[in-house]
Amino acid sequence: MALSGLDIYKRLPKTNCRKCGFPTCLAFAMQLAKKAVALDKCPEITDEGKAALEASAQPPIKLITIGEGDKKLEIGNENVLFRHEEKFFHPTGVGIILQDSLSDEDITDRLAVINKLHFERIGQEISINLVAVKQTSDSAKFAAAVKKISEATPLGLVLISNDAQSIKAAAAPIAKKRPLIYAADSKNYKEFAALAKELSIPLVAKDADLEKLAELTKSINSEGVDSLILDTAEKPLNKKIWDLTQIRRLALKKNYRPLGYPTLTIIKNNDTYEQVIEACIYILKYTGIVLLEGFDPYQILPVLTLRQNIYTDPQKPLQVEPKAYPIGQVTSDSPVLITTNFSLSFYTVLGELEASKVPAYLVSVDTEGMSVLTAWAAEKFTSDKISESLNKFEIPKKVSHNNIIIPGYVAVMSGDLEEKSGRKVIVGPREAAGIPSFLRNLNS
Amino acid sequence: MPQELLKEQWPNAIDVITIGATSQEGGTRDRAIKVGGQNGLPYLFEESDMPNKPVIAMEVFDIEPVDWPDTLKKPYGDVLSNPVEWAKKCETEFKADLIALRLAGTHPDAGNKSESDAVKLVKDIIANVKIPLIILGSNDEEKDNLILPKCAEVTKGEKCLIGDAAQKNYKTLTAACLAYGHNIIAESPIDINIAKQLNILITEMGLPSDRIIINPTVGALGYGLEYAYSIMERGRIAALGGDKMLAQPFICFVGQEAWRAKEAKASASEFPEWGKELERGILWEAVTASAFLQAGADILIMRHPKSIEIVKENINQLLQK
Repeated sequence: MALSGLDIYKRLPKTNCRKCGFPTCLAFAMQLAKKAVALDKCPEITDEGKAALEASAQPPIKLITIGEGDKKLEIGNENVLFRHEEKFFHPTGVGIILQDSLSDEDITDRLAVINKLHFERIGQEISINLVAVKQTSDSAKFAAAVKKISEATPLGLVLISNDAQSIKAAAAPIAKKRPLIYAADSKNYKEFAALAKELSIPLVAKDADLEKLAELTKSINSEGVDSLILDTAEKPLNKKIWDLTQIRRLALKKNYRPLGYPTLTIIKNNDTYEQVIEACIYILKYTGIVLLEGFDPYQILPVLTLRQNIYTDPQKPLQVEPKAYPIGQVTSDSPVLITTNFSLSFYTVLGELEASKVPAYLVSVDTEGMSVLTAWAAEKFTSDKISESLNKFEIPKKVSHNNIIIPGYVAVMSGDLEEKSGRKVIVGPREAAGIPSFLRNLNS
Repeated sequence: MPQELLKEQWPNAIDVITIGATSQEGGTRDRAIKVGGQNGLPYLFEESDMPNKPVIAMEVFDIEPVDWPDTLKKPYGDVLSNPVEWAKKCETEFKADLIALRLAGTHPDAGNKSESDAVKLVKDIIANVKIPLIILGSNDEEKDNLILPKCAEVTKGEKCLIGDAAQKNYKTLTAACLAYGHNIIAESPIDINIAKQLNILITEMGLPSDRIIINPTVGALGYGLEYAYSIMERGRIAALGGDKMLAQPFICFVGQEAWRAKEAKASASEFPEWGKELERGILWEAVTASAFLQAGADILIMRHPKSIEIVKENINQLLQK
């Protein structure tokens, strides 16, 4: 838990020596609380005070990085148990498990599909993050499969084996790409920790029992490794939910360091549908990484969509820039459609407009990210606002006709809007899905 | 010393609502369904109990649905134009827990069926299926206020669940539920303050809080799911913390929302990158339902039999001891 300025002040020397550049220790403490300045600016702090403040300055759940470059995955550093309390910050890494027993041809074929598991939804790119390679064969075959997969995908890698020697042989050549290695347990942790330390790569610590898992992370820490991810092994769905909830609670509410790491879950269920449902539940219930075997687009699209939903900032709806968007080869005769700047409204209308193949202007009115009906009720989507937007976005210069099309849900404003804008108002369909047939009828 | 686990104990529990009455209880159902009663957040059985499991109601319409994609129509075969056969199929073949009869055809713009049409259908359904019944209007206030009280009257004693009551239009339906012994669905627009206010208004008319189910108004996966998800979490936390006017079970209209989503309906030829159409639609509905279970949903209104089968299996796994 973050300390307040006063809590920090109590640990400072209280000499007001000004060496930190602030007039008093209290002023310095306030800046520290805001994380606007570093503690090492204070030359007089005791070692004890420093240790206490440094420990509390760490986030309760450590941020862990896997992979490299623009495909790197960062997880952890979460602050809340419920998204309405603030937001969830680092979206769950979604990964596909491949076995090393696959033939070269199978690997190539599967990666061709896996590398394409990214979609555009409401103006954002949503994508899977990881490929996990599971050892079922000998060390040489495992290393060869990892090498082949690593060369054929830009995604981060997870190496799954309980044999440290096999992991070492596979991980060493690709250590620069920061693969995640899985997993250290109470028996093999020394070897795994040494390996993670030598290659500077993150490590999963695994134990089915939370108390033993905490002991394990302490043991691994004392081997000099702190880039950890937690797994509580295979167990029934509700037990897993309990573990994930406890780990998040203990880290946030008790600042309990030994479990202050992100989590990983592996879906063992290989039912086409149930594995998707399980993955979604773990995303809702805090998992930092989820690995599954299914990689059909119809299985992955709902998983990534759910992640996008749940990691949206509840205080800040996704918005688009308010302006007049030309869709297709517009002319001065093209119809003008009005919607809000709430991403979901905008992109739903945009999708239908594009599907209709009718070139048109889509005017996104600044409703502060509210949807059509909400904005209308809150008086952010009014006749005045729409008239003003039409002029601001130079609709009179762009089209030679005098018509505008408004969403069916705000039909009641037609009269007032005609008066205010001096334009002929045509009431469009209520649902975006009705736009293509609406536009076709409009033209005929 | 090892860190102790953090177990949360709550001062309040969710009301238990009973839907349906057997012959001993003054009705004709072969079972009564109980929902609610949990005294903690969903599925955390180390610290709380959930005496009644979530249930699934299947929707039956009084007119053949026009906007269902073929992938959704197919499992129903030829019963979609025959509501009684449709309801029987849901009961016997798809093992629905409840039937949710939607009187959509009474809407002035959708056929404008009469009171007597609606009453006859409700009686036929009661006579032909034995599972508890949910009766839903057409979302036309005036017509609903005319028809739903009649439906409530002819099902007296059956302990149906009838909806929806809204902040601007709750009195007629509340009076009918009170007079004929039914439960009510109280609908609020993704807003716990309105949900609470409406529950207060309804209880002030004399309907006890253990005859109210909250409809928080959900959105589908990808279409605002997260708004309702968080509203339900907030509502449940407030309820468990002691707010008795939010301590009612949730009903989520998953099917109608999920099957409006483009991802559930669009053909694979239109969006090849989205993968198989049938499986995609089934999962869209099942994932939407499963997400709301995690926010505390007690009754799910669903459509595709395969989605229902998946969610039932998910519920079994969630409840596995």
